[in-house]
Amino acid sequence: MKMKHIKGFALAAVAAMTLAACGGSDDAASDTTAAAEAGADYSSLKVAVVYIGVPDDKGWTYQHEQGILSLESELGIEVKRVENVPEGDEAEAVMEELAAGGYNLIFATSFGYGTPMARVATKHPEGCFQWATGAKFLLTAEMGGEYATFGDIPANLGTYFGAAEEARYLSGIAAGKASPTGKLGYVAAFPIPEVIRGINAFTLGAQSVNPDATVQVSWTKTWFDPTIEKEASESLLDAGVDVLGMHQDTTAAGVAAEARGAKWVGYNSDVKEAAPAAWLTAPTWNWGPFYVQTAKAVAGGTCPSDEYYGSMADGMVTLASFGDSVDADTQALIAEKAAAIIDGSFAPFTGPVTDQDGNEVVAADVRPELLDLLGMSYFVKGVIGSPKG
Amino acid sequence: MNDNIWILTSADSIAIATTLILAALGALFTERSGVLNLGIEGVMLTSAISAFLAADASGSIWLGLIIGSIVGAIMAAIHAVLSVVFRANQIVAGLALVIFGTGLANFLGKPAEGKTVTTVILPLSFGPLSDIPVIGPIVFGQDIVTYFALFIAIVSSLFLFRTRPGLELRATGDDPATVDAQGLSVAYIRIRYTFIGGLLVGLGGSWLMLAQSAAWHQASTTNGLGWIALALVVFAGWRPNRIIFGAVLFGFTLQLPFTLQAEQITIIPSAFMQMLPYLATLIALIALSRPGGRNLLGAPKALGTPFVRDER
Repeated sequence: MKMKHIKGFALAAVAAMTLAACGGSDDAASDTTAAAEAGADYSSLKVAVVYIGVPDDKGWTYQHEQGILSLESELGIEVKRVENVPEGDEAEAVMEELAAGGYNLIFATSFGYGTPMARVATKHPEGCFQWATGAKFLLTAEMGGEYATFGDIPANLGTYFGAAEEARYLSGIAAGKASPTGKLGYVAAFPIPEVIRGINAFTLGAQSVNPDATVQVSWTKTWFDPTIEKEASESLLDAGVDVLGMHQDTTAAGVAAEARGAKWVGYNSDVKEAAPAAWLTAPTWNWGPFYVQTAKAVAGGTCPSDEYYGSMADGMVTLASFGDSVDADTQALIAEKAAAIIDGSFAPFTGPVTDQDGNEVVAADVRPELLDLLGMSYFVKGVIGSPKG
Repeated sequence: MNDNIWILTSADSIAIATTLILAALGALFTERSGVLNLGIEGVMLTSAISAFLAADASGSIWLGLIIGSIVGAIMAAIHAVLSVVFRANQIVAGLALVIFGTGLANFLGKPAEGKTVTTVILPLSFGPLSDIPVIGPIVFGQDIVTYFALFIAIVSSLFLFRTRPGLELRATGDDPATVDAQGLSVAYIRIRYTFIGGLLVGLGGSWLMLAQSAAWHQASTTNGLGWIALALVVFAGWRPNRIIFGAVLFGFTLQLPFTLQAEQITIIPSAFMQMLPYLATLIALIALSRPGGRNLLGAPKALGTPFVRDER
């Protein structure tokens, strides 16, 4: 899943350049729900999805597959899937073939599909194209893309992603409660804003129940390598941590925790069975509602072209089921925080937030802007390790 | 004191070394007979997924290890046939085996994606011995396959240098013409030890899958350990007892970047540390694939050269 890597760097670049030109891009899609509720006839709709991996990976692609399945059952249509599509020219050929074959709504689940998708979207204005984890302004010449200005980017292209940090914070509460020593570990893929944001949210969540909790980070520099992830996990456990969080696409950290009698917070999917005794919970994705509403909008004649940023409130980001060791009090506390996040009365990065050096990075009672979150490059106080990897 | 990170890291290193010991021993037997099998990585991957599927279907980790080992032997037999019977270029045949093995493993692994091995090999219990300071976790904290690998390495050393079949094996790799003149079949000996080598490589791959990895994740399951095993044979000078030390050293190097991170030691960048075993492997493989380099390193003299009686 290299594209998530690229995506992260790109987002870092985005935030670094602040991108005044597209300040409105963080508005969640609002016009997608309105359309197409009237007719239940979806015969004109031909939907395809381009997967970076395989639907059975119990990780990133698996969650998208769940969303596509719910789209199929809700609308009674059949979705064409193309698996294991490499990014770049091959992706363009695949999407071109789909568009030419009459598919008028195409989802692509990886960052690296952006440029090829935009090219195909330009050639096929009759189709609607949706790019997961993307950001359209990255396609401008300023960002090294192919379009002179933001306005030149095809209007039949939209993007979608979500605020995993909300569920990360909640999972941090479970982790903080499960750690007698207050020493948590985190097996992390790459030092990029998406991952850093997750580590910080996890840490703040843990500190909300144990102010002295620390989170020790081990960088693996891989999304998808069970052997390396397990070695990193074991080193953290050797160093004395008793709960592992992770931003990886395999369950290796869970297997390592299980073998040592430690606890584990997963990611992407609800895979308690991978390490039943270690399992606490996991931030997961629920793409179904977005897929359904987008398909309905397209059937109604509207192609959403927003940069959709989902959340727990709209259900795109969720928390997996709890492990047996998570007691009722902790579950109640997490449910309470979740409700506050959903009704908007609480946000994980509400100030005061201080970084590792003790500088105040978010002032008291302030909520950071989305672009600040997307470009986060510091660790909060209590994280042990370097945000530079 | 046994929860000290360096003691635990040493114990982890020996665990990681298990795969390397088994795979390197497999490569050693093969190379000692004069056959160079660069396809170890592909053989390991195919064995790993076979072991996973067998263990998953039967619920028995032991059946997984057995099936994985047999599959390793079958894969090696392909190489034996190509290089001994058809006298193909062994470097090309070996590289082909890597590509074929990786592809086959990914194909077989399709139904295993996203599954976790539910039966895991656990360390043996030695009761109070495990609590002995320092050596407790390192010596008495391993699983049975690790002990088996160490045992096989020692027995191999005795076999190679103290027995008549061992002498025949070494002679086949150094001077096949003489072995042939003795009335022994060079082809049979080479095929036999390539096959036995595949069995050991297969066991290494299977153990890696079932004990270390616990989930199938395509080519990153072995992550280049097959190549490292090949390099290890070179560094060990084709001697089994030295493989043990080399494997533990490589195992330690593979684990070290994470220990340094956990200990907040940042003098050496972890990316540099992670690169080291592969850099060493690269150098060894370059030397191994050149006849001049092979002689210099003390490789079996006929390594990589098909035996043709008429050319004598």
